[in-house]
Amino acid sequence: MKPAPFEYAAPTTLDEALSVLSRGDGDARPLAGGQSLVPMLNFRLGGPATLVDLNAIEELAFIEPTADGGLRIGAMTRQVALERDPSVRRAAPLLAEAAPSIAHAQIRTRGTVGGSLAHADPAAELPAVLLALGARVRIARRPRDGESDGRVERSLPLEDLYLGPFFTALEPDELLVEIAVPGLRPGEGTAFEELARRSGDYAIVGAAARVWLRADGACEEAAVSLINAGPTPCLLEDAAATLRGVSPTPERIEEAAVAAAEACEPAADMHGSEAYRRHLARLLTTRVLLRAVGRARERVA
Amino acid sequence: MSDERRWIGRSAPRTEDGRLLTGNALFVDDVDLSGTLHVSFVRSDLPSAYVRGIDPSAAHAHPGVAAVYLAEDLGDLCRPGPVLVPPPPIAGAEFHARTPLPLARDVVRYQGEPLAIVVARDRYVAEDAAALIDVDLEPRDAVVDLATALDEDAPRVHDDLESNQAAYVRQTKGDYERARAEADAVIARRFRYDRGVAAAIENRGIVAAWDPRADRLRVWDTTQAPIPIRAALAGALGLSEAQVRVIAPFIGGGFGPKIMFYGEEILIPWIAMQLGRPIKWIEDRYENFFATTQEREQIHDAELAVAGDGRILGVRDRFLHDTGAYDPYGLTVPINSQCTLLGPYRVPAYESEFRVAFTNKPIVTPVRGAGRQHGVFVMERLLDMAARELGLDRVDIRTINLLDPDEFPHDHEILYQDSAPLTYDSGDYRPVLDEAVRLSGYAEFERDRARAAADGKRIGLGIVSYVEGTGIGPYEGARITVEPTGAVRASTGVGTQGQGHFTAFAQVVADAIGVDPSEVRVVTGDTSEFHWGTGTFASRGAVVAGNAFHAAAEAVREKILTHASAALEVARDDLELVDGRARVRGAPDVSVGLGELAARANPLRGAVVPGTEPGLEATSYFGPERGSTANGVHAVVVEVDPDTAMVTILRYVVVHDCGTVINPMIVEGQIHGGVALGIGNAFFEELVFDELGGMSNASFMDYLLPTATDVPPIETAHRETPSPLNPLGTKGVGEAGAIPVAAAFAQAVEDALRDVAPELEILEMPLSPGRLFELLRETRDPARAPGDAT
Repeated sequence: MKPAPFEYAAPTTLDEALSVLSRGDGDARPLAGGQSLVPMLNFRLGGPATLVDLNAIEELAFIEPTADGGLRIGAMTRQVALERDPSVRRAAPLLAEAAPSIAHAQIRTRGTVGGSLAHADPAAELPAVLLALGARVRIARRPRDGESDGRVERSLPLEDLYLGPFFTALEPDELLVEIAVPGLRPGEGTAFEELARRSGDYAIVGAAARVWLRADGACEEAAVSLINAGPTPCLLEDAAATLRGVSPTPERIEEAAVAAAEACEPAADMHGSEAYRRHLARLLTTRVLLRAVGRARERVA
Repeated sequence: MSDERRWIGRSAPRTEDGRLLTGNALFVDDVDLSGTLHVSFVRSDLPSAYVRGIDPSAAHAHPGVAAVYLAEDLGDLCRPGPVLVPPPPIAGAEFHARTPLPLARDVVRYQGEPLAIVVARDRYVAEDAAALIDVDLEPRDAVVDLATALDEDAPRVHDDLESNQAAYVRQTKGDYERARAEADAVIARRFRYDRGVAAAIENRGIVAAWDPRADRLRVWDTTQAPIPIRAALAGALGLSEAQVRVIAPFIGGGFGPKIMFYGEEILIPWIAMQLGRPIKWIEDRYENFFATTQEREQIHDAELAVAGDGRILGVRDRFLHDTGAYDPYGLTVPINSQCTLLGPYRVPAYESEFRVAFTNKPIVTPVRGAGRQHGVFVMERLLDMAARELGLDRVDIRTINLLDPDEFPHDHEILYQDSAPLTYDSGDYRPVLDEAVRLSGYAEFERDRARAAADGKRIGLGIVSYVEGTGIGPYEGARITVEPTGAVRASTGVGTQGQGHFTAFAQVVADAIGVDPSEVRVVTGDTSEFHWGTGTFASRGAVVAGNAFHAAAEAVREKILTHASAALEVARDDLELVDGRARVRGAPDVSVGLGELAARANPLRGAVVPGTEPGLEATSYFGPERGSTANGVHAVVVEVDPDTAMVTILRYVVVHDCGTVINPMIVEGQIHGGVALGIGNAFFEELVFDELGGMSNASFMDYLLPTATDVPPIETAHRETPSPLNPLGTKGVGEAGAIPVAAAFAQAVEDALRDVAPELEILEMPLSPGRLFELLRETRDPARAPGDAT
């Protein structure tokens, strides 16, 4: 369990990191917190030629409130910061609620927000939670042949990042640099719950919900996402659609949960059959929607 | 005999903990000799294949590589290993010994079987070069499923055998058919227990160094049995035993698999002699999942014939035991299952037969509990189901069948793993069960259940009994020396893997010669210090080595008294040994220190009485006529969420009797660790093989060990029924905690769900929430049971 040989770069600025990536001929890989990548290297599962260690790039580690009540989160922000930063609790309490479920405290002090999103593990908490929050990601790279100088950037809704299991829309020369999270609005409530075999394990299934209620109590907008219930981190649009425009009664919520359980695509593995995961998807969707609606009602102006 | 027991029975702080906690305990990987080369093994990816060719040329050419070895390079060394434990002489038993080669030559029979060795300047280079070795394997059909392993059309693990049957054993007592005919109820079920790994925190490791000037081989090895390893190495390498020193230093957990004699243990020292360089191999966690032996896979078809009042009339059990690809440890595990099934109960008729199957899976040898779990699971589950069918209370059906104190020694009329008759030495079972009933709140549990139900929670209680055959022979030895400084040296051959040997043995010595345990320096597992004995296994350290220390200490005590009597000019009977001094009873100022006596016992000039042995030193041995039988009761309270099938353990109670307790704190630690292992086996740990025989979860990400948050506080109570088979009266406790957990857990989960799923029967272990969910679905809707087209 020793990694195969690789080149190692430890840039201190984003531009430097992007340069190394662009010179990497598609075989350079960013190293963020290393909590997934390093074990993969030790198992010799697809070792890259070059590791670009991002840990010395201070400009990528920040949490900043935005003028419209949201958050900008640097990709190298440690997961533990989501639990501790008061601005996260205010603007995106769902992140603070879910963060303690990400592995163990030791892992969260190393693991990063951007690393988790870019790793695209359908069993990970952060992609699902940030999908439910409607987050966007900012992606940067060096100019390619024929492009003018400077940094090339694009911004994507997080949903569009995920193409398949552990497979994203990131090109080999691109780096996910920042996550933009809309702030919690009046009348909006969120909730998170997962079931795991042991404290700190990947969830057998987890669910996150966001519900925005109008003053009349009807649902203006809703989002439901599931963890470990499909090949990619996923939003359950059918479940959300069930609630939009109607009053989120327990019956409606149950309908939404049934829709989520039907639409998700869980795979069987040693920790649970497909049927068990669908059953949990329905149960947890119900639970998080009920809680999110309750919280939203407390916040209706 | 000693004046009194000052230390035996006290929770003396562990003398080894200072070294362990400050990082000053030597583990094998700490051995860092100059010029050391590192080893990586090339192992088979396939569970069953012909070896068509191995091309090591690219690895040979890789910079930093010192040597590459294949089976063909090993010469005489490449022969099957020994059968470590010959099967007991049971009439009609069949046993086909098949043991592995150090490196596979023509056929690989399990995933992870070693094929080649790379020796390089460091482990990184060794692994890089290992990846360059071109191995041409032609896949064969693998035997994966135990239930069909003995079918006529099953692929063959060993081509030279007529079937995959490695062994067949039948043992009986009484007339089961008659018992069955007279029974008011016969409970018959199929039980299944699945596989796991021992998962010691320290994997295996070996460092070997050949010293050409001294003509000696030194080997540091994570073995539980350094002395047998020394004998095996000397034999295989053509050395005298005196030329081989095997050191088993501090070891991070043994749990059974480190009692084995593995191919790596012979290859690493051989390479050290070949290359004239120190060689180090440290097994990594991934390797450990394949290369280190495992346990637990059995399928039992068992039935219990029972009278209407709950009396056991007889038991019949036919089971299959998976030994993996080879059977180097004989029949220890299935015989333990066969014998331990009888438990603390009066069983007039017993008919038990088992078949051992070869499969294309890693080798099975004892892992803490060593087959006892299975027997307890089967018997306790049968009793639960009998109680249910007869409308009896779960505790009552156990109470009525417990052996009474006047029934000891109790001969079960079958043979145990040590080839001795299965005869329980002593026991007082009823008070143990009563105490567990009291501590667990069994009598008030319906009230607790109702309260929990009012909060929407479903809780259940499980309470089960077990016995543990412990402290088997053949023998261990100990040497005790009082030095002129007054320090006491005590050595034995058994290895130590965290059990607290240094403290417990010191307490035994301390009581005999009147010193503080902290003054007794215990050495274990170094053949240059003591070279007679067999090792640490079968919960026998405190019994066999403990009594050897006791005997040696009593012999030293006699020498001390002889010399003190002469020095102080008083009668021996007027002396007492206290605080490292021999002193006159009633006149404590008249005394002499043990160090001074040690100097007197080793005069440098003058004359001694002819026949005098020098020094205050004695070597003694202890071999019991047979093992001693410990017993206990476990009770567990669980909460089960029927919606999620998640189970939470709320309370865990252990009442046990291991005879004389040397150190209650250490005994409790053994029980805590054992229960944690049992919880893992019952609820978390399971090796998953795909249909082709590949292991799907060879990492701690998917192989779930219980962690601190999964193991509840464990409440313990001790009772002491001394064993008549040894002077200290001790019985072993090393495996007790692990043995009955699954049985208790299954009963508790059923109990918690009795209103939701009254028909639920848990007949298999481990039980993950996912599996419990499936069982609940099948129970509620029988159409979903396996075999139906839904």
